[in-house]
Amino acid sequence: MSDNNTQQQGNAVQTTGHAWDGDLQEFNNPLPRWWIWTFYATIIFSLGYWIIYPTWPYANTFTKGVGNTITFQNDAGEEVTTHWNTRSLLIKDMQTGEEATKQKAYLEKVNAASYEEILSDPDMMAFANSMAKVVFADNCAACHGPGGDLPEQAFGLYPNIADDAWLWGGTTAEIEQTITHGRNGYMPAFGKNLDDEKLEQLANYVLGISGHSVETDKAAAGEKIFQGQEGGCYYCHGADGTGLKSQGAANLTDAVWTVANVPGAVKEEDKVAAVKRVIKNGVSRQMPLWKSRLGEEQIKLLTLYVHELGGGK
Amino acid sequence: MENEQDQAVGHLYEARKSIFPRSVKGRFRDLKWGILAFAYGVYFLLPWLRWERDTGRDQAVLFDLVGRKFYLFDLTVYPQDIFWLAGLLMLAAYLLFFVTGIAGRVFCGYFCFQTLWTDVFVLVERLVQGERPARIRLSKQKWDAEKIFKIGTTHLLWMLVAFFTGLSFVLYWGDAPQLIGDFFTLQAPFAAYATALFLTATTYVMAGHAREQVCTYMCPYSRFQSAMFDSDSLIVSYDAKRGEGDKGRARAGRNLKTRETRTEAGVGDCIDCGYCVQVCPTGIDIRNGLQIQCISCALCIDACDTIMDSLEWPRGLVAYTSERQVSEGKRARLLRPKVLGYFAVLMVIVTALVWSVSHQQKFDMTISQVRQPLFVTLSDGRIQNSYEIKMNNKTGANLMLAFSLDGLPGAELDMGKFQAIILAPEQRLRLTARVRSHPDLLVGGSHSFVFRATPIKRDDLQEFMQNAVFTTP
Ligand code: SF4
Ligand code: SF4
Repeated sequence: MSDNNTQQQGNAVQTTGHAWDGDLQEFNNPLPRWWIWTFYATIIFSLGYWIIYPTWPYANTFTKGVGNTITFQNDAGEEVTTHWNTRSLLIKDMQTGEEATKQKAYLEKVNAASYEEILSDPDMMAFANSMAKVVFADNCAACHGPGGDLPEQAFGLYPNIADDAWLWGGTTAEIEQTITHGRNGYMPAFGKNLDDEKLEQLANYVLGISGHSVETDKAAAGEKIFQGQEGGCYYCHGADGTGLKSQGAANLTDAVWTVANVPGAVKEEDKVAAVKRVIKNGVSRQMPLWKSRLGEEQIKLLTLYVHELGGGK
Repeated sequence: MENEQDQAVGHLYEARKSIFPRSVKGRFRDLKWGILAFAYGVYFLLPWLRWERDTGRDQAVLFDLVGRKFYLFDLTVYPQDIFWLAGLLMLAAYLLFFVTGIAGRVFCGYFCFQTLWTDVFVLVERLVQGERPARIRLSKQKWDAEKIFKIGTTHLLWMLVAFFTGLSFVLYWGDAPQLIGDFFTLQAPFAAYATALFLTATTYVMAGHAREQVCTYMCPYSRFQSAMFDSDSLIVSYDAKRGEGDKGRARAGRNLKTRETRTEAGVGDCIDCGYCVQVCPTGIDIRNGLQIQCISCALCIDACDTIMDSLEWPRGLVAYTSERQVSEGKRARLLRPKVLGYFAVLMVIVTALVWSVSHQQKFDMTISQVRQPLFVTLSDGRIQNSYEIKMNNKTGANLMLAFSLDGLPGAELDMGKFQAIILAPEQRLRLTARVRSHPDLLVGGSHSFVFRATPIKRDDLQEFMQNAVFTTP
């Protein structure tokens, strides 16, 4: 389109009045007034902003803004009023913002409900899961791993809680008890009482009752030690080897190994060696108590989360 | 001193020259009033239109930001559908390109809200202050009671129109009857006041004060439309040959009252009455040729037609034509490669969008395998994988679902107590599922299977299937 300008018609185009090389002149195309007004408006706005909001640094402090304060609760629960700043704004938002209020309402609902009710309510369960995920990552994942299972290299150091073998029980009540009060997992070292041959026999028996192929004569001898006074293993693991939850004694007949790294062994003798090592050296594992660190509602959320990891009992 | 300098270099900043458009009657003006009435009717009344819906949101058009859903009559738009917005924007852009290619700036002249609102503001101005000469007189008048009253009333009415414009916009984002009550009892959300106030201010400034400057300086479309424009595009133009004759235009003075006498005298048909200039909302003279300020509003055509009619001369001294028509005297070609190209792209977008909207899923499900751990061995020797399932019920009714697996030998599905669940209308939900199977039945590391969600007692919905992978050691 042609670019005639009304203002330029009739009268000659304005120049700045400068001339170079005799006749080289510069057109003056004036800025529209509204543009310059807008510019002035931004300056006035910034003046107002300087007064109301924290802006200018001076010495080792800064202007705090006039008549612009923000009130929120600090960690100790006291009301704090300070000059407006985005950090306090964030804290306030986390306490009274729309999302925070929604979350609070959900938390109250979960707190008031029984485990049974929560486990039957998909909505509450989804909320508990997403909340607990963070608590788990902050507190539990350091030992149990982010997904509740440990990497191969750390096998046996801490129990895998993503499977369905529950040393101390997998009901919500038992899991809550475990988290709240902690656990001491202990098995004496039999290396002093039993010689290598007997350890070998015992290991064969233990592998046998969980379905591994073993040397039957050794296993038979091992059974005597297991069930008799010499080993006394039945005392904790039970005569049938299925374990005792009140002691945290493992079920020896299932496919899950929590201390002896049988799944990691390929050859038969490695499996025997792994089990032997555990019987010889014993086990001593502690889970700290969490009631001093976590609130009741956090423990409740964690209980639900852990219960769901392996599918609970 | 400063003055002298000013004189020498001219002013750095240029004041707007006030424009006092004269009113005009004619076919294009009528068409434009019609479009305006329709557009205002839609804009101001649409939030009040009620619509029957299962979910209870009974507003025909509602943009529910908090609930993250947009309701458009029978369509509910979810956040996942946001790409429709991209489609819609593309559609709007290409429609604009296409229309510009064929008909030039019709959008500017007939549909642009800047034009529509300016029209209304000028109408208010005229009703309060009178026709163009009266307004010019008033603007030069001293600030006496009459001027204060008339100017004050004008601005007050402008602000009222601006306020209702802003308020109506806000009503689209909440339940209109409820929101308007809250608004005036000071209980509406802060965002409602901020938006309403902002739009009131911009409407008042843009339609009341900035007017044609928006088109000339601010509007990006007015700048880039020249790229779509060519010599076949429709433009408003003055027929210089007819208007100027050999010796130029001349007033209808003595001996120049009929076309015959004028032809003899060598002057053209333009009687230099200036009507076309006075009606122009952008303050230009169409007789100087095509100018960037011209928004193709066609009011100068109506103006000149009125004059020609009263002289009983043929219409069309100022008319819609094209550059080709003006320079070569040939008719404009409608089907040009560029226009056809725009049309083709436009059709592709329309088809894609219509298809996508009409095939909107009524139920969404995604399954992602928990990767840490990928699998665990259970006490009975089986392998367990866990999955996170996200679901979204997009129907307006309760949706009962039963979950099952397909294609994984010996598989067992454990979803706690949620193997069958009921999703409330528009409910989104996340569930955990555990799948177990025996490693002896599965050879190789990963196995695909189908996760199935079967709607119960819902004939309108098909079974929903989603592929997933089961990993063994
Ligand atoms: S020149 Fe004519 S078509 Fe262009 S803006 Fe002015 S009145 Fe409208
Ligand atoms: S309205 Fe028609 S006759 Fe009058 S000045 Fe404009 S072009 Fe000429």
